[in-house]
Amino acid sequence: MFKFLEPNKIFLITSKAPKYVFFIFIIVLSIGLVEALFLSPEDYIQSHSVRIMYVHVPSAWISLGIFSLIALLSVGSFIFKNKNFSLIAKSLAPSGFVFNVIALVTGSIWGKPTWGTWWAWDARITSMLILALFYSMYILAWRIYDKKEQVIKITSIIAIVGVINVPIIKFSVDWWSTLHQNSSVNILSETSIHPSMLVPLLIMTAAFSLFSLLIFLMKYNTELIKIKNKGLDRL
Amino acid sequence: MYGKKVKLRALLISLLLVSAILSIFLVLKSLEENVIYFQSPTEIRNLSEIDNKKIRVGGMVKDNSILINPDKITFVITDFKNEINVSYSGSVPNLFEEGKGVVAEGFLKDRNFFIADKILAKHDENYMPPEVKEALEGK
Repeated sequence: MFKFLEPNKIFLITSKAPKYVFFIFIIVLSIGLVEALFLSPEDYIQSHSVRIMYVHVPSAWISLGIFSLIALLSVGSFIFKNKNFSLIAKSLAPSGFVFNVIALVTGSIWGKPTWGTWWAWDARITSMLILALFYSMYILAWRIYDKKEQVIKITSIIAIVGVINVPIIKFSVDWWSTLHQNSSVNILSETSIHPSMLVPLLIMTAAFSLFSLLIFLMKYNTELIKIKNKGLDRL
Repeated sequence: MYGKKVKLRALLISLLLVSAILSIFLVLKSLEENVIYFQSPTEIRNLSEIDNKKIRVGGMVKDNSILINPDKITFVITDFKNEINVSYSGSVPNLFEEGKGVVAEGFLKDRNFFIADKILAKHDENYMPPEVKEALEGK
């Protein structure tokens, strides 16, 4: 199983790919920013403050997506005893955490002009804060423990317990009364964002995903170099 | 196929997940009162007793209900079944408007009257340019 995950083959990709990913990221980000800041219309009620959405929402989506991925990889690592999965999960964590913090900060900046408060203990915000705590625990655990068996076990448990929070974040606005509105972008039901505002939102999501991919490739490349240098520590 | 150890580990992790989900579900269920951010006027009406704890009431600002006096603002929060009168002195957020969502934080005087010391605006999930809104209203 998973023979295609040979470190040497991966290393060829991770050492070369970042510069191409960076190039595409810059292009997509420029298009996204022009769309979000200049070409997209203002909102009928929020006027220009709606533009914070183009940073806030993609950041939140990506931090949730990355945490789910980390949990999935941790399950895989635990069941199949594949240490490479844990290494991929470890390299994904920093960009997920950064986007989680960006979502919280931009949410606060957006909350002041629209809701009239910087912070509210509503279910969506509180569960996002809990996600940030799980990200911190996950990243800290990787730094604290040295023994390989031990660190993989502890970080996997943090990721698997923490992932239960992800559906809670997603459905918090449906289950409880929150200051957050219900979700606007839906796959199964109708999306309630006008197409002229949905397009920049999706482009910015693509740009941020590319950024996460870039940071991931660089982190993962470093991890592989560390293993190569140790020589004996084969995956 | 996979070895016996692999299957056992898969079983262990699913049991761990299921029990963690169940316990978190139970905790959230029993904490429901604290997880919700505000109560609707109907929930206020059905309260068994009124204490002077700080609470939040949310709903829509009833059309033509905002009255601005020199020292206070009064308006009606409705959930289209029940209503509650709110009085407040202070500044309101930009999005505070008749027919839009609102959350008021403060104290209940009785089941029909609420004294707010903080007003938050709540907006819905619709985002559109002003022209589209006008076109929709013109229809």
